[in-house]
Amino acid sequence: MACNGTGCESGCYKDSTGDEVEKSSTKKLNGDVNGDGNHHRHQTTCLKCKAAEATIFTGGEGGSRFCADCFRSNLYGKFKLAVTSHAMISPTDKVLVAFSGGPSSRVALQFVSEMQLKSQKNFDATAIRDRSLPVFGVGVAFIDETELHPITCTDFNKAIEDIKEIVSNLSPTKKELHIVPIRNIYSTKTSDGSETLKNLINTVSDATGKEDLLSHLRMLSLQKIAIENGYTKLVLGSCTSRIACHVLAATVKGQGYSLAADIQYADARWEIPVVLPLRDCLIQELNILCSLDSLKIVEEFKDSRGGINGLVSSFVKLLQEENPSRECTIVRTAGKLTPFPFNKIPETNTDSNDVHLASQRRHKKFNLKPIESLPPDSFCPICNSPIRDLQSVTSFTNSQTTPELFGAACCSSCQYQILPEELSSMEEFYSFLPQSIIERARNGNQKWIREKIQDCLILDDEDEV
Amino acid sequence: MDGAHGGEKTKSRLCSICNQRRPALKRPKTLQQICRECFYVVFEEEIHSVIVNNKLFKPGERIAIGASGGKDSTVLAYVMSELNRRHNYGLDLFLLSVDEGITGYRDDSLETVKRNEIQYGLPLKVVSYKDLYGWTMDEIVKMIGLKNNCTFCGVFRRQALDRGAALLKVDKLVTGHNADDIAETVLLNILRGDIARLSRCTSIITGEDGPIPRCKPFKYTYEKEIFIKDLERIRPRAILDIIKSGEDFRIATSTKMPEQGTCQRCGYISSQKWCKACVLLEGLNRGLPKLGIGRTRGVNRKDDQHNDAKNIQSKPCGSLDF
Ligand SMILES: [Zn+2]
Ligand SMILES: [Zn+2]
Ligand SMILES: [Zn+2]
Ligand SMILES: [Zn+2]
Repeated sequence: MACNGTGCESGCYKDSTGDEVEKSSTKKLNGDVNGDGNHHRHQTTCLKCKAAEATIFTGGEGGSRFCADCFRSNLYGKFKLAVTSHAMISPTDKVLVAFSGGPSSRVALQFVSEMQLKSQKNFDATAIRDRSLPVFGVGVAFIDETELHPITCTDFNKAIEDIKEIVSNLSPTKKELHIVPIRNIYSTKTSDGSETLKNLINTVSDATGKEDLLSHLRMLSLQKIAIENGYTKLVLGSCTSRIACHVLAATVKGQGYSLAADIQYADARWEIPVVLPLRDCLIQELNILCSLDSLKIVEEFKDSRGGINGLVSSFVKLLQEENPSRECTIVRTAGKLTPFPFNKIPETNTDSNDVHLASQRRHKKFNLKPIESLPPDSFCPICNSPIRDLQSVTSFTNSQTTPELFGAACCSSCQYQILPEELSSMEEFYSFLPQSIIERARNGNQKWIREKIQDCLILDDEDEV
Repeated sequence: MDGAHGGEKTKSRLCSICNQRRPALKRPKTLQQICRECFYVVFEEEIHSVIVNNKLFKPGERIAIGASGGKDSTVLAYVMSELNRRHNYGLDLFLLSVDEGITGYRDDSLETVKRNEIQYGLPLKVVSYKDLYGWTMDEIVKMIGLKNNCTFCGVFRRQALDRGAALLKVDKLVTGHNADDIAETVLLNILRGDIARLSRCTSIITGEDGPIPRCKPFKYTYEKEIFIKDLERIRPRAILDIIKSGEDFRIATSTKMPEQGTCQRCGYISSQKWCKACVLLEGLNRGLPKLGIGRTRGVNRKDDQHNDAKNIQSKPCGSLDF
């Protein structure tokens, strides 16, 4: 790097006015519900209906301007397209929406519930002559992390009341709400999950590692709720902006190999498949919708990200202000990485055949291309990332696990930022882990190998699937 | 890379390699605290194993070392001559320096390069912009004024080393690209959406920058550099992790670089009919220096694919050091 940002030390005769021109020409409008008065008349009609006056200006790919109605339907359209083209929700599903209180998961909740309402109407309309399409079920999960990030009791009670109100106001049918403390990842027999959890987090010294471990535990917790309550899909509100941050953060953490697994529409490496229907929506758009439709959000639990994650978020925010399509570009680039075989919704065989066919008929005909790529060798027991080169698969053939063996089974990123370096701390860390993570280390690899063998065996009588 | 951590106050610990001297720096990869002397030894041996493991050179090859007079290139010159001698690589090494023809500008750096010539016993060849393009930067500035000269500066500089190396019929060109440079390139390619370049920017030998194979033996080494610096502050290892990510990305082998032809005029690699330098030169020679600057107006169309990158680069002159 000969040139550093402040100027060109190579003595070329750079004058600072040179690149100002370029910058301002690429500066587009940032989202702004009110727009601003500086636009020429011909620029103010909605680009979609070409009739109403545009009041909403968005960035994103190319940027656009909409009237409120068109903005809403455009955003819902992106959600719907993601859901239908990736077979995220089928009529027999029971869907759990993870709600954090923030705008992204708030919109996810709203849209899933709108979709449910529409299919209910559909069902009612066609019920008499065509009984084939039931309406999917919806539940909501909120993970209470206040034991790790304490807030005042009044704040907490108010926030919980707000969440209950939000969920009870969703139409049409009553939705089950699961408010679960994160310590529940420890089996109920363990006397004090709260202490163990705090101890676990405290053995991690790296700030970013602590944050990431907590997010892995959150996923564990969501999965547990889903399994225990018979849900078949887990919906996350991850939007383009969030995913763009993840792309860079994962790159910085050396997770280049596993990155492709995390950023797809569907992720079935979990027991309950995870889907990201807001993958193509910007946080800016979601914020606009929340204020446009007065969707209540709960700010008491707003998480502040620090360490590498915080640094990356503010960097991406800066880039996005400079160029409103930056986040899309980042996600598009990373989207070109080869996904894993588990990055699609597996075909269910529990569905009765006609239901399945009916749902396929109903969904727009999209060709879900099978993803041709080699499965990874194993998964990290902490973050569940696929690991390419398995260092020590043989050591796990007996069901014995020790802190060292456990450490060796983790991905290199977790090894660095989460696992304690010293053996004694490692033993402590290991003793504080929830049983499900230990199980993952013990069974994970064998399970995967079994599945691989099974995959091969089934080939003979494929018509059964 | 040497003095980077030199000013750091170190505790009364000892170097974790020789256990004798006070440690002067912390190694980013291992976080070992080591002394300056041990650092050099480890550093040279690392470069040697990079060279051997990647089969970067063959005996008898004629190798140009890009010499700018900067710190990186001085270290590069030293390490290359030292390893060539110590391990009998059998390479015909020489220093290659570019003179842009800017009055007064290269004087100091040329002094340094000349000192390197004597110190390491490496012959020095200087190629000038006049030799390569028929114009010196001073003449270009006289023609086009101060505005826009960064376009020329960037394009001409990117190609100068390769053109010089071609002129001197070398087999390979060695540059001091280090880990920071490569990490930055990985991020840049993600930000600008260039999957094809992303798939190759971490390789140790590339022809990406020009027609002559370019080797970067410093790839795994480490140096200081806004975002990257901040990252480094929080987690020194981040730079190496970025490169690791770049190497591990699952990129389908079918992802090819955009069709890369050669310039119809000079033979330099170019995805367009004429390479950027030839377009600019054509403008200069016809007395229309604005040709090729900014939006498409000249010989080539559709040339704005890289404008995107400039906004975040904030480096109007390109980031290639040599
Ligand atoms: Zn409209
Ligand atoms: Zn991991
Ligand atoms: Zn030492
Ligand atoms: Zn040319």
